Amino acid sequence: MVLKAFFPTCCASADSGLLVGRWVPEQGFAVVLAVVHFPFIPLQVRELLARVQRASQVGLAVLGTWCHRRREPEESLGRFLEGLGALFTHKPWLQLSREPDSRRWNCKVSSPGAPCGEDQVMLIFYDQRQVLLAQLHPPATLPDRRAGDATATAAEGGLAAVFHTVARSEALFQSDRFDEGPVRLTHWQSEGVEASILVELAKWASGPVCLLLSSLLSLLSWLSTWRLCRLCPLAFLCSKLCTCQQLRLRLQHLQLVFSTQKAEDPAQLMRKANTLVSVLLDVALGLALLSWLHREDRIGQLADALVPVADRVAEELQQLLEWLMGAPAGLKMNRALDQVLGRFFLYHIHLWISYIHLMSPFVERILWHVGLSACLGLTVALSLLSDILALLTFHIYCFYVYGARLYCLKVCGLSSLWRLFRGKKWNVLRQRVDSCSYDLDQLFIGTLLFTILLFLLPTTALYYLVFTLLRLLVVAVQGLIHLLVDLVNSLPLYSLGLRLCRPYRLAAGVKFRVLERESDGPLRLLMQINPLPYSHVVHNFRLPSCGCHPRQSWSSLCRKLFFGELIYPWRQRGDKQD
Amino acid sequence: MEDEQSFSDISGGRLSLQRRYYTQSCREFCLNCPRLSLRSLTAVTCTVWLVAYGLFALCENSMILSSAIFITLIGLLGYLHFVKIDQETLLIIDSLGIQMTSSYASGKESTTFIEMGKVKDIVINEAIYMQKVIYYLCILLKDPLEPQEISQVVPVFQTYSVGDLAS
Repeated sequence: MVLKAFFPTCCASADSGLLVGRWVPEQGFAVVLAVVHFPFIPLQVRELLARVQRASQVGLAVLGTWCHRRREPEESLGRFLEGLGALFTHKPWLQLSREPDSRRWNCKVSSPGAPCGEDQVMLIFYDQRQVLLAQLHPPATLPDRRAGDATATAAEGGLAAVFHTVARSEALFQSDRFDEGPVRLTHWQSEGVEASILVELAKWASGPVCLLLSSLLSLLSWLSTWRLCRLCPLAFLCSKLCTCQQLRLRLQHLQLVFSTQKAEDPAQLMRKANTLVSVLLDVALGLALLSWLHREDRIGQLADALVPVADRVAEELQQLLEWLMGAPAGLKMNRALDQVLGRFFLYHIHLWISYIHLMSPFVERILWHVGLSACLGLTVALSLLSDILALLTFHIYCFYVYGARLYCLKVCGLSSLWRLFRGKKWNVLRQRVDSCSYDLDQLFIGTLLFTILLFLLPTTALYYLVFTLLRLLVVAVQGLIHLLVDLVNSLPLYSLGLRLCRPYRLAAGVKFRVLERESDGPLRLLMQINPLPYSHVVHNFRLPSCGCHPRQSWSSLCRKLFFGELIYPWRQRGDKQD
Repeated sequence: MEDEQSFSDISGGRLSLQRRYYTQSCREFCLNCPRLSLRSLTAVTCTVWLVAYGLFALCENSMILSSAIFITLIGLLGYLHFVKIDQETLLIIDSLGIQMTSSYASGKESTTFIEMGKVKDIVINEAIYMQKVIYYLCILLKDPLEPQEISQVVPVFQTYSVGDLAS
């Protein structure tokens, strides 16, 4: 097998020394992590490697020598380096060297029993900082997780082993060239350890802040559970209103963000970060909406426009009912039933208009307070809007329910009497249709009722159709608002920003580029991180939303519409079916 | 060392295949696809603008003309960035893996690297397309849970198949 030597690009201009890293025999990978410079004491080098190995559970060793001839070729250096091979025994022993004019690389491998030739080695350059910080998606799973077992980590396949090695060896990269340690190393941080004052301050301040906020939030959630359990109708109302769902979801999000536990794995950390950014964006958009509403007295204008709009809608409904009570679209209705249903619905609308007129002095106050709620977030304001819409179109919902129940009753009656007409009946025990012999008077009454219901069907069906269409229109508008709320809730903005600004952090894989090759030098490749595509980022890091999606498919929806069963588009998870 | 051969595909465009030999363990195959032809671009633009002029003559609204220009530009940019592939490259590195790169006309490059440990086999597969049978090269990937099963079939050159190369 060809030996693949992974060499960090930061060490390409380092002075001569020893190569230190990890050897993966199954794939023939020699991952070089750092270069140890002269002068050094071999015992101290071994101690350093043992210490790092204990801290990182990754087996490190001296892999070979690195020779960077800056001036005239030094023969003594060459012989000295070869002598080191006897001191640090490692099979295979790698000897890398580089000419002063920076194009010529030499690579020799001596392993017992194999001939040492040039095309037995491949040199792969990698950017140590990027490989350290990158997270592979999908993450390579260890087949056998045993804590503290160095051999288990070697079971990872392929290039994930390289990533794992570099990521776990952080202890090796802690010393820079300004340290007065016994061993001098060159690696990606040897010019100075990377740190940021703001990050350190934030870490120091986050402890007490998180503690305070998490205790406040737990108090809030305890309060809400206590109150709601006591007052039954309030609990029912809260489960129906979108706003309460949204507030509960936001409370959960805030509890996640400000929890005092550290994130166990990178996925949890991403989720926390995404949630925090989503909450911040929500609040920012909400404040923008608030400022827009309060400018130029828009709330007053909205309140003035609301009652006439509700009146207009009620008038249109009245006209629609008058039309249905006449001869709608040229169809001939059953006069008596038509009048009964029409008058019933007209009275309902009259009640509704009186109610709206009763509420009209308070509308502006209510709207002002609703507008204030936008400072909790744009999603809360939108959920409130959806709830207000539901309340204002409550009469349409009532009409739909009446029409659907009547129609459903009619269809049930018709199907059962149709079975009687044919001499069959529904066997509840066996859950199937069985034949049955009826008495004459049963047959007579049954056929009579069947005829009555059949001829009254068009009238009921028409009312049902009209009110279902209206209800579906309202549901569609509410659905659009919910979609927008869902978008703000679940879009992983932090991950998208990370993908845009630091694409190497989210890695889908690697890519190789062949570098210029000298006539008899080794093959040199540059390994770069292949970032995750945006669609995968959104799919992997999507935040869970409150699940207010229509659960049924189109065919079951059509079936329900045909048989007159009530449609509940925004069933929450865990609700009992009616 | 390099080697170049040219072929022509079914629709008459010129294809050229370059084979590069880096070392015994690393080879590269480059397929250059025909460029965007000026004729088809002019035809599409003229059609879109004629339709826009027709609508403008009906509606007398100048927004239609500006939106037609906008649509043409956005459509062309989208086509160059997401659809039109200029070159496809296959890089095979011994015992490391296989890398497939597609370069688009706008300069975007999309790369996939498959590790050698995941490759089960490379086969030539047949497919029935309209009224003919075409052959295409594809890589069979191993299922991580069941080493004997195949989890995925990855075609190598996305835009052109071996059967198209009628030399």
